[in-house]
Amino acid sequence: MPVNTPPVPYQPKSTPKVIVAVTLAAAVGIPALLLGLILLLTPILQPATIDAALAAAGLEGHRTAAYVGALAVLALLMVNFGAIFSGVISWYERRIAGRMQSRIGPNRAGFAGFFVWIADAVKLLLKEDLVPAEADSVLFRAAPYFVLVGFALTFVVLPFGHSLVVADLNVGIFYVTSVTALVVVGILISGWSSNSKWALFGGMRSAAQVISYEIPAGVAIFIPVAMAGTLSMQGIIRAQGGLPWEWFVFRNPAAFIAFFILFTSQLAEANRTPFDLPEAESELVAGYLSEYSGFRFALFFLAEWGNIWVLSAVATTLFLGGWQIPFVSAEYVDGLRGSGILPAAAWWGWNAVSMVVFVLKAIVLSNVVVWLRWTLPRIRVDQMMALCWKYLVPGAFACFVFTLFWELAVGVAPGVEVVTGVGLTVFATVLALLFFRRVRLNIQAVQGDKFDLSNW
Amino acid sequence: MPKTANPASEYVDNVTDTVQSFWHGLSITLSYMLRRPITTQYPDRTELRVRDTLPPRYRGFLEVDAAICTGCQACERACPIGCIQITLEKDPANPKQRVVTQFDIDEAKCMFCGLCVEPCPTGSIQHTREFEGAQRSVRNLTIRWAEPEFPVYKVAKGAEYFPRVTLGSLVRAKLDARPWHAPGPEYLPPEPPSAKAAEPAPKPPAKAAATPTVPAAKPADVMKAAAEAAPPAEAAAPAAPTVIAPVAAPAALTPADGQKA
Repeated sequence: MPVNTPPVPYQPKSTPKVIVAVTLAAAVGIPALLLGLILLLTPILQPATIDAALAAAGLEGHRTAAYVGALAVLALLMVNFGAIFSGVISWYERRIAGRMQSRIGPNRAGFAGFFVWIADAVKLLLKEDLVPAEADSVLFRAAPYFVLVGFALTFVVLPFGHSLVVADLNVGIFYVTSVTALVVVGILISGWSSNSKWALFGGMRSAAQVISYEIPAGVAIFIPVAMAGTLSMQGIIRAQGGLPWEWFVFRNPAAFIAFFILFTSQLAEANRTPFDLPEAESELVAGYLSEYSGFRFALFFLAEWGNIWVLSAVATTLFLGGWQIPFVSAEYVDGLRGSGILPAAAWWGWNAVSMVVFVLKAIVLSNVVVWLRWTLPRIRVDQMMALCWKYLVPGAFACFVFTLFWELAVGVAPGVEVVTGVGLTVFATVLALLFFRRVRLNIQAVQGDKFDLSNW
Repeated sequence: MPKTANPASEYVDNVTDTVQSFWHGLSITLSYMLRRPITTQYPDRTELRVRDTLPPRYRGFLEVDAAICTGCQACERACPIGCIQITLEKDPANPKQRVVTQFDIDEAKCMFCGLCVEPCPTGSIQHTREFEGAQRSVRNLTIRWAEPEFPVYKVAKGAEYFPRVTLGSLVRAKLDARPWHAPGPEYLPPEPPSAKAAEPAPKPPAKAAATPTVPAAKPADVMKAAAEAAPPAEAAAPAAPTVIAPVAAPAALTPADGQKA
């Protein structure tokens, strides 16, 4: 009997160094470029700076043109940030989903499949933009833009750092909740105009869900607003501090609960699992976007993934101290600005640090969003409604009322806030440690006491 | 809803249940996140080459060792779907020596039943562990073992041992020589072996020479036709010069350590 070929020396293929280098350069370079531009342009393209520069150059007559130009640049920058964030997180989410399901996830385009989001975008742009024959074609074509606009407008007030915000509106957080409501309009229009029952069901579910969850979210938002005494995003952050016990989430027991209520409601508003009923694949094909293809489909997904940043940034701003740098007060950084048209170098440095702090907090929260999606199954419609109306709404109201009394108590004895802050910080740390112990036990139960992050 | 339950305590129970299921669920998914994925990255990142991990009797692509093929056509007759096509001719230089001018196996049709392996008297035709032969053109899956043509092997009286090339090396060489995107041949795989040589011949042989395209053609007919066609071809000279040479190629591939039968 002939014997088979003996095993030939074999080396598993590894990714060429060039591809690894290009991928790492892109993975570091693209976010660095975007955040760098935000750091550079948002403080410069403010009315005060533009006016001062125009006055110095003797060009006061061109104010309108300068303002429009500045707005166009900032809008382009912010929409690009949202789009690229949603692209990268779509790759990241698929990789994490793979890991959590003992798979690998996308691994072909670039090192660890990093460029898969670019490949997806190119593919979607090349697809036919199909409008069903019986659809209301005008509304069908318009619907994705409502969703995109509702998503992109939030970036006007989302802060990135100490002075890094397009416009610090005095109604900041109220503005965010209002423009996000435009997303529901877009989803409802897309569901109705598709002239498909799946899409209509998805649109109606989405409307019911988003409108319901606006209430607990809105009431939960009142709590940091009541604590800070302002609606402005920057004002709310300035009312907090850099250290955990100075964050709103730990300064008030009701805020600690309200943080989770807000986070859950925002997940529901962003149509994320476990609240992705509007596009439940197993029941509704793809819900309101069943009939969409090509670029318009891409816009829906851009807004959906980009909303992860929006909800993380809002939660960070309201409860987690935003960009506050530990041991450095916001007033100290203000004082560094100097009186010139352009701020001093030290001011830029502290702004960069504050941006890093904010982005890190938002990324940690984004991780939790992704992590939750691959942990929880989709809930039923009645459960979704029961959760909102039976648990979150009363809970949020109770927290709100408690906060009102709490603020009265803080007014009498300010020390109570410090004590609660330290106490809740310790409590949260202990919870986190217990949680990681639980994770370690889960790993030990299967493969001994070791983390294995190989096979990427 | 259990009737005995107090609504208030049920409400609290639901909240604690939710918190607990978050706690356990998140810790479980995070622990999976920190484990090694089960999935292997098949084509190029497996720890061992997949074909080396297959069992020895795996029925992959068929391989013919021309050096020990007797040209008996038992495999062709045994094949239930007719994916083997063999044509024999007489060596024009040495009429006693028969030559295999065509030995095509259509791996696309082959159902890997192994019935051709069993009747082979010398163990020339064998299944290998090769299975990765993806081709853009399905015609490229027809592996032509009589390229170049080879003389049939004469079994010595009482021989129990036939020196065979290490199983898999020949088919690997054939597969490696053909890139996956190679254009397929223009002709249908069972090409008439000596159509050109038969052209100048009188009518009946030419017709006979064309028949081998039909798998049912009797080998005897083919040989007769080939024999009749051969003399004029030889007279025309350059048509069949390769007939003598073919032994070289399989011999070169034969390793020193012939395997015991």
